[in-house]
Amino acid sequence: MTGATLLEIDELTTDYGPVRAVDAVTLAVQQGSVTAVLGANGAGKTTLLRTISGLVRASAGRVRLDGEDIVGVPVEDIVRRGLAHVPEGRGVIAELSTEENLRLGGLWRGAEVMQLDEVYELFPPLRARRRQLAASLSGGERQMLSIGRALRARPRVLLLDEPSLGLAPIVSTQIMQLIRSLAAERDLAVLLVEQNASSALSIADRGVVLNLGRVVAEDSAQALAGDESLRHAYLGF
Amino acid sequence: MTRFIDLTLNGISTGAVYAAVALALVIIWRATRIVNFAQGGMLMITTFIASSVIASSGHYWLGFAVALVCGLALGALVERLLMRRVEGAPPLNAVIVALGLLILLQAVAGMIWGNTPRSFPPAFSILGYEIGGTRVLFSPNDTFTVLVVAGVAGALALLFQRTAIGLKMRASAFQPEVARMLGVRVGRMFTLGWALAALVGSLAGLLVAPSVFVGPNQFDPILIFGFTAAVLGGLDSPVGAVVGGIILGLALSYVSGYEGSSLVTLAALVILLAVLMIRPGGLFTSTRERRV
Repeated sequence: MTGATLLEIDELTTDYGPVRAVDAVTLAVQQGSVTAVLGANGAGKTTLLRTISGLVRASAGRVRLDGEDIVGVPVEDIVRRGLAHVPEGRGVIAELSTEENLRLGGLWRGAEVMQLDEVYELFPPLRARRRQLAASLSGGERQMLSIGRALRARPRVLLLDEPSLGLAPIVSTQIMQLIRSLAAERDLAVLLVEQNASSALSIADRGVVLNLGRVVAEDSAQALAGDESLRHAYLGF
Repeated sequence: MTRFIDLTLNGISTGAVYAAVALALVIIWRATRIVNFAQGGMLMITTFIASSVIASSGHYWLGFAVALVCGLALGALVERLLMRRVEGAPPLNAVIVALGLLILLQAVAGMIWGNTPRSFPPAFSILGYEIGGTRVLFSPNDTFTVLVVAGVAGALALLFQRTAIGLKMRASAFQPEVARMLGVRVGRMFTLGWALAALVGSLAGLLVAPSVFVGPNQFDPILIFGFTAAVLGGLDSPVGAVVGGIILGLALSYVSGYEGSSLVTLAALVILLAVLMIRPGGLFTSTRERRV
């Protein structure tokens, strides 16, 4: 069920001044699969995603997108190579309407952009809210908007930062299921950062556990979920 | 009563110019959160260029067009070479850079064109229309001024609200990082914002120059009036800038007509202070008051 390796991260290291936030992290994500990055607050998960997508400069290591090294490439150009990053806190632009937020996604793609109707079919609640300001959306709707907006550019790699943060459990489960089916149906390589380890592992193929910026465990999602000592030490369930 | 009508008409046409300056300030404020105190200097330079082109070629509209093109280029240059370095830094840095640029431009203009103000031709006749045997204080040139500013305001509204470029500019202004993550070239949008603003600014310079003359310091009051109009409208709102400009134009016209023209600048400062004290967010803003 998984295909070619689309995203390869090799010994990636990021420093914030004297603080090493990401320490020699190595991982890979295959087409059509979900890899979960787990760990406590401050483990370096968000910094890892921000380094991959070019928002933060790496101190060392490589990021290969479909075989090409993208370290040092500006964010705007990484996007054009097929990587989409849905930021923590969802990054919807509250001052714009729902539809304006969606239109913004993938504008650079011109005619090949995913049509708005297709996004509304994936996320029906957004259609009713299309003319309202994004500021008025609920947490779950904002998450849908943020993912839908990223999908408009038809990315091949999707980075998701804490999509379940602040959502009611039932909404969170829906979003997770949706991520699972997006990866499978659209052949996306998904790198999913989550604090909520159990829900992330329930839909992921593989998982990586970070602690203080380092990879402390890497295995299939099933094996990680079954490892009791790991769960107690790092995952909190 | 005729006096009141005269002052009202006059207020609308001068208000249109303040509205244009306010629009220039608002565009930059929305795009980069910088108040461009150098705007008065920038429009002074482009108006001087127009004056030179008109003097040497004898064609008013050639000078008009050259000034607008120079405005676009000057705005883009200022953003690329200077403001790019202070975007995202503490706001005071940008204020100081803008003030420094203003002083530099005024000094350069004095060296090139001299410090004696020179006259500038209007686009159309400044002789008031004759209605029922009396001349009103509103001329074909005033009609031109009002129509041009209204047209520019309308075009800007369309650009921001209806086009992809406008959407990208707004996104870059609200959330530059998110915009970049969606593939928007935010730096270009900032440059474009400055270029557009300087274009509108140079237009204001051309429109107002016949009544204030062209000189290195002749446009200083215009920047104060434009800034007051922008603050009156809320700094964030292009519609507010236009309405603020007209309100200010009317208020100053009444002050000048009934109390004397020496009080005009003072009146503008009083209005500015009053707005900042009573409604610092401006009359047309939806956001909460801003700390200055």
